[in-house]
Amino acid sequence: MTEPIVNDLTIQAATVNGSGSQTANLVLTRAIFHMGIPVAPKNVFPSNIEGLPTWYQLRITPEGHMARSDKVDILIAFNVATWREDLKSVRAGGVVIHEEAFSTADVRPDVIYYPVPFSKLAKSRIQNDTLRKQLANMIYVGVVAGLLGIPWGAIEHGVKRQFLPKPKAVPVNLDAIKVGYDYWQDNFSKQDPYRLEPMTGAVEGKVLVEGNQAAALGALMGGVTVVAWYPITPSSSLCEYLIAYADRFRVDEKTGEKNISVVQAEDELAAVGMAIGAGWAGARAMTSTSGPGISLMAEFSGLAYYAEVPVVIFDIQRIGPSTGLPTRTSQADIGFVYTLSHGDTKHLVLLPGTVEECYEFARDAFDHADRFQTPVFILSDLDLGMNLWMTPEFKYPEKKFDRGKVLSKQDLEKLAGEWGRYRDVDGDGVTYRTLPGTDHPAAGFFTRGSGHDEQARYTESADAYARNMDRLAHKLETARHALPAPVVEESGSPVGLIAFGSTHAAVIEARETLAAEGKKVDYLRVRALPLADEVARFVARHEHVYVVEQNRDGQLYDLVRLAMPAELVERVRSIRHYNGQPIPAVAITGPLMDREAVPA
Amino acid sequence: MSATGNRVGLPRDAYKGAATTLCAGCGHNSITNHMIKALHELGVEPHMLAKMSGIGCSSKTPAYFVETAHGFNGVHGRMPALTTGAHLANRQLIMLGVSGDGDTASIGLGQFMHMIRRNVDCTYIIEDNGTYGLTKGQFSATADLGSVQKKGAVNTFQPIDPCAVALALGCSFVARSFSGDGKQVVPLIKAAIAHRGTAILDIISPCVTFNDHDGSTKSYSWVKDHEESIADVSFIPFFEEVHVDYEPGTVRDVRLHDGSHIVLKKLGEDHDPTDRRAAIKVIEEGRTEGHLITGLLYVDAELSDFATTEHIPQRPLMDLGEEELRLSPDQFAQFVSEFA
Repeated sequence: MTEPIVNDLTIQAATVNGSGSQTANLVLTRAIFHMGIPVAPKNVFPSNIEGLPTWYQLRITPEGHMARSDKVDILIAFNVATWREDLKSVRAGGVVIHEEAFSTADVRPDVIYYPVPFSKLAKSRIQNDTLRKQLANMIYVGVVAGLLGIPWGAIEHGVKRQFLPKPKAVPVNLDAIKVGYDYWQDNFSKQDPYRLEPMTGAVEGKVLVEGNQAAALGALMGGVTVVAWYPITPSSSLCEYLIAYADRFRVDEKTGEKNISVVQAEDELAAVGMAIGAGWAGARAMTSTSGPGISLMAEFSGLAYYAEVPVVIFDIQRIGPSTGLPTRTSQADIGFVYTLSHGDTKHLVLLPGTVEECYEFARDAFDHADRFQTPVFILSDLDLGMNLWMTPEFKYPEKKFDRGKVLSKQDLEKLAGEWGRYRDVDGDGVTYRTLPGTDHPAAGFFTRGSGHDEQARYTESADAYARNMDRLAHKLETARHALPAPVVEESGSPVGLIAFGSTHAAVIEARETLAAEGKKVDYLRVRALPLADEVARFVARHEHVYVVEQNRDGQLYDLVRLAMPAELVERVRSIRHYNGQPIPAVAITGPLMDREAVPA
Repeated sequence: MSATGNRVGLPRDAYKGAATTLCAGCGHNSITNHMIKALHELGVEPHMLAKMSGIGCSSKTPAYFVETAHGFNGVHGRMPALTTGAHLANRQLIMLGVSGDGDTASIGLGQFMHMIRRNVDCTYIIEDNGTYGLTKGQFSATADLGSVQKKGAVNTFQPIDPCAVALALGCSFVARSFSGDGKQVVPLIKAAIAHRGTAILDIISPCVTFNDHDGSTKSYSWVKDHEESIADVSFIPFFEEVHVDYEPGTVRDVRLHDGSHIVLKKLGEDHDPTDRRAAIKVIEEGRTEGHLITGLLYVDAELSDFATTEHIPQRPLMDLGEEELRLSPDQFAQFVSEFA
């Protein structure tokens, strides 16, 4: 046998959607994480309720890499429909655990097979008729536990943690796992090099959280009180988590009253409209959607921009255009969202690159929206939003809410009622507003998406229109400096990378891979639009800068070049990945090495 | 009520708005005046009024009354969503939506129906003229089959009747009136505002420029000739005493949630405004006989409104701060530890 490979492997479970396999995969994930070993799960699922193939990749690395791996070490082949294709994904020398009944005629000889009679075991050993199909998946958890040496205590933890709300389900699931565990012990001797061993120092202080979960908590801590949404993958879970958290933390136990309203709207037009109506009336309001919903929200987003109404809009991106691949990830909405609406429009866009930032940016987005009286978009994606990620525990907010420039009754009395809703008195482009219900005769004004002057009166005056548009541009410029700054890591390399969002994980790994070969590349991570000045300065400090992103057209690449002085434009290059699978590090290192002789 | 002020001490002029920019003689201007009268007599505090609208001639009118109130002129057909959101943010506000037949019966039909389904507490006035005025006279979806356009084109489609749609959905307040009938419109507006829930008030409001000719079924002369009121409506607000000086059996009295009363005096056949089937029947009979039925068609004063159903507190959500909205540090620490 070759050298043992410890805590550095990728498991891929190929199963059938809707069969309960996701629960089995999560038990395995939590068990391994409990051993102190970093995990990075990616769920590749179909747009389907039951029956189509689904894959779950569980990447395990001592370094804690969280990008998708392009190589499979251990395949769990549980789906006869994809078995032959799945087999091709396994690296030479890898392991295949498969249903014994699958035909093995002419299978490739360069991998190690562990056939298991899953169906027979389920029939003979699982007594529970109604749950047999679901529990059959647990058998493979037991086989993998045996194969890799996962301690039984870790398995117990994984099951208990996964069934936290349903402790009654723990024994029956453990029994099913034991069936597989015993089968491994009784029938196989280990022929492969893969091992898991408990670790220390890698995952302490870290938790496993989905980006949408983190964003829901962030919104709650940001003080959201009106949420209007329409179900759409991969955004739905954000609002569903928010509903669960609100039921727990925002209900008055005595009266049953809720300090939040979550409305499942009739469509995305209504969802964003309700959020804007609530923002106009002074609530912290949000909606969450994905590509098709964002398209529907374009008109209302223009109204909120032009009439200057605060609102927070989450776009958990998926593959488009149109319905696209509804359950696959993408970063292809960035260009569209930035200028969403007809007419001259530009929005504030936050670009969380980690689960921790999903929490922080969601929380702070309500401050930005109130401060700048405009829609704030948070661009996440399916990979970041719906997969579990290791993250440091979230921090309690230090700042109080920033409700922005709102004039109270007392303020209006001091001003003797002399104010203009769209009059820039501070010179920052941000004007004062009043909220409905303010008890002063000068408080009321008429909000409209049509042309208006400084006093919010209807006008078709050419000068007033241009003045207002110039002020809005100035406001955006003020906001640009208040948004999260880029994160820069550099060590004087002539080559730099620029990325945003979930691509971050692959960039980290790509840079580590290159550094291990003595090739350093610098990195700037964009965290907001409009782009910070630092982006141009970063480009100026490098000979070549590659913008890495998960879309076909290089949308951030375009935005970066537009932000450059002419002499720097030529330095900017593009690396794109757009097949719906989360970008792996090799999709960066490969093209980079092809095009760049990075000096050692 | 004193000669100079209403119950909150404001004169009628305090309920006026900017000068109208609609055509002279437009039915909408009459409705604006009815609105001013109703709001003044009700003693609505201007700062608690939220005037909401979509896009079109009708949607401009919130600028023409109660200038000191907040107003929001949104996007086409989407007044209900803005209204729903603003109401949730602050359920103390009096939500008054003004829409038109283009705004409501075409792009806005979905939102109109879903607002009714939720029974959002608001008044929804449709200034209904059967035509697109701002874009110069195309038919709208409420135009009657066979109605003739100014240049002679004949409408070949069935109309959408907002009242019939509202009734089918179980709307808690459905009324129809005519802009020229202030005696009926004013008490209906008051009742709609007093009602807790979605109050639909479809007011036929002739377009003098594009739809006031022979052959139109939304012209002044056609409506005057064909209007058939089902009952005389009067409204007694909660702050006034009820004077019963009618003969027994000639009136119906509907008590609203805030203690106001709608008093309906029988005209022809008795109509029970709490009987939804009767309301549907009276509309359908009017349609087949070529009459425009006006009056309070249906009211359910007890149906739970949206904010109540959703357990939204009376204290406005927009007033809440960190203490009420954030988890405490202990709660937060406990919650985050559960992710492990």
